[in-house]
Amino acid sequence: MIHFVVHEEGDGVGVVVVEGVTKGQELTGWIMEDDKELKITARSDIPIGHKIALKDYKPGDTVIKYGTDIGKIVAPIARGEHTHVQNLKTKRW
Amino acid sequence: MDLSKSTFWGYKRENGRVGVRNHVIILPVDDLSNAAAEAVAHNIKGTLAIPHPYGRLQFGADLDLHFATLIGTGCNPNVAAVVVICIEDGWAKKVADAIAATGKPVAYFGIEQHGDHDTIMRASKKAKELVQWASELRREERPLKDLWVSTKCGESDTTSGCGANPTVGNAFDKLYPRKVTLAFGETTELTGGEHLVAARCATDEVRKKFQFMFDRYQAIIDKHKTSDLSDSQPTKGNIAGGLTTIEEKALGNIQKIGRVCKIDGVLDKHERPTGPGLWFIDSSSAAAEMVTLCAAAGYAVHFFPTGQGNVIGNPILPAIKICANPRTVRTMSEHVDVDVSGLLRKEMTPDQAGDKLLDCMFRTANGRLTAAEALGHREFVLTRLYESA
Repeated sequence: MIHFVVHEEGDGVGVVVVEGVTKGQELTGWIMEDDKELKITARSDIPIGHKIALKDYKPGDTVIKYGTDIGKIVAPIARGEHTHVQNLKTKRW
Repeated sequence: MDLSKSTFWGYKRENGRVGVRNHVIILPVDDLSNAAAEAVAHNIKGTLAIPHPYGRLQFGADLDLHFATLIGTGCNPNVAAVVVICIEDGWAKKVADAIAATGKPVAYFGIEQHGDHDTIMRASKKAKELVQWASELRREERPLKDLWVSTKCGESDTTSGCGANPTVGNAFDKLYPRKVTLAFGETTELTGGEHLVAARCATDEVRKKFQFMFDRYQAIIDKHKTSDLSDSQPTKGNIAGGLTTIEEKALGNIQKIGRVCKIDGVLDKHERPTGPGLWFIDSSSAAAEMVTLCAAAGYAVHFFPTGQGNVIGNPILPAIKICANPRTVRTMSEHVDVDVSGLLRKEMTPDQAGDKLLDCMFRTANGRLTAAEALGHREFVLTRLYESA
């Protein structure tokens, strides 16, 4: 069963595509572009559609998704944690 | 799906364009004429009033765009005939004459010196004549290249970028070689991916015009913003759905233009495509504004991917809803025309998802009502450039 998808190899976040992911759950991810699988343990409850960090981040780091810059980290994140507005901000506007 | 011999059944209009709906619209030029237009549509079954809140004391480019959008709506091939109503004769005639240049039947009525009662009576008589005439028009088989298809997504979430939008991209990549006239837009919603869109422009001239439109819209944001636009762009719904930044939203958005299509031309909001290919329309990313501009540009079918469940429709342009979010498909099924949630479970390939959308496109073109049409969604929103005088 696929719990999250990753657009391409090298992306730093995945997207949870099932409901009810909870902290501590072992998750299976699918890297769509490369058709590979990866495993990760969720370190937060993550709602469907929300992102999971695939690596550790510190403030100032850039997050890559679709192989492209989607913004900067403003609070530390550990691999497996929920990545959203509380720790990731736009570099524009 | 082999589209080389594909056809659809549409209404060939006097100017050669082909529509997939056969509306007789009652078109108010201004807010004051809404009541009369709606009364006429109430009197004469099968006609459709398109009320809106604008048209008074606009000036300059904003007024020009107002006229262009109303005229474009009347000229759209999904419209068989038009009754124009305005507070006075002059602008009613201006709009009616421009629509009549397509060759379709148009009548206009001014309210001043008549009042609502007399105007409604005269316009109703004409509308009855037109709707009975239109009801005898017959669909004919037309080649796929006669279909114009636009796209714009709404209430996106992260599933839009990995499911519904790539489905549109796959379909666009299949339609593009068949010389279909395609469109996308949403200028601010390319922010963070604008370099990828620029790289897809067919020529340096197109690229230069795209960059001009993009920079022009960024200047509007910079001038008026009071924050990083969080909750506006991305919207609160986008954020609830897991989208965090405008860059992330933009990269999902541009999945809609596939991987093969080139951007053949760039249009300002009042400009019209002059040939087949993929056109970029400078536009707001607000769903109803953008879809209204697509309708005014002459598009006949619209692909509308959504993640969180945008319920929008348009009075004359059927909007096919595509969704990959399994929760939205479950909780808002009445709004979804094409369920591609299987993509995210690896139960469906992008190629199969694209074909499923194309199948729905042909059925919609041939007459099947979209979910938004069946549910009565007729959002018609005119884009304003600045304040009225």
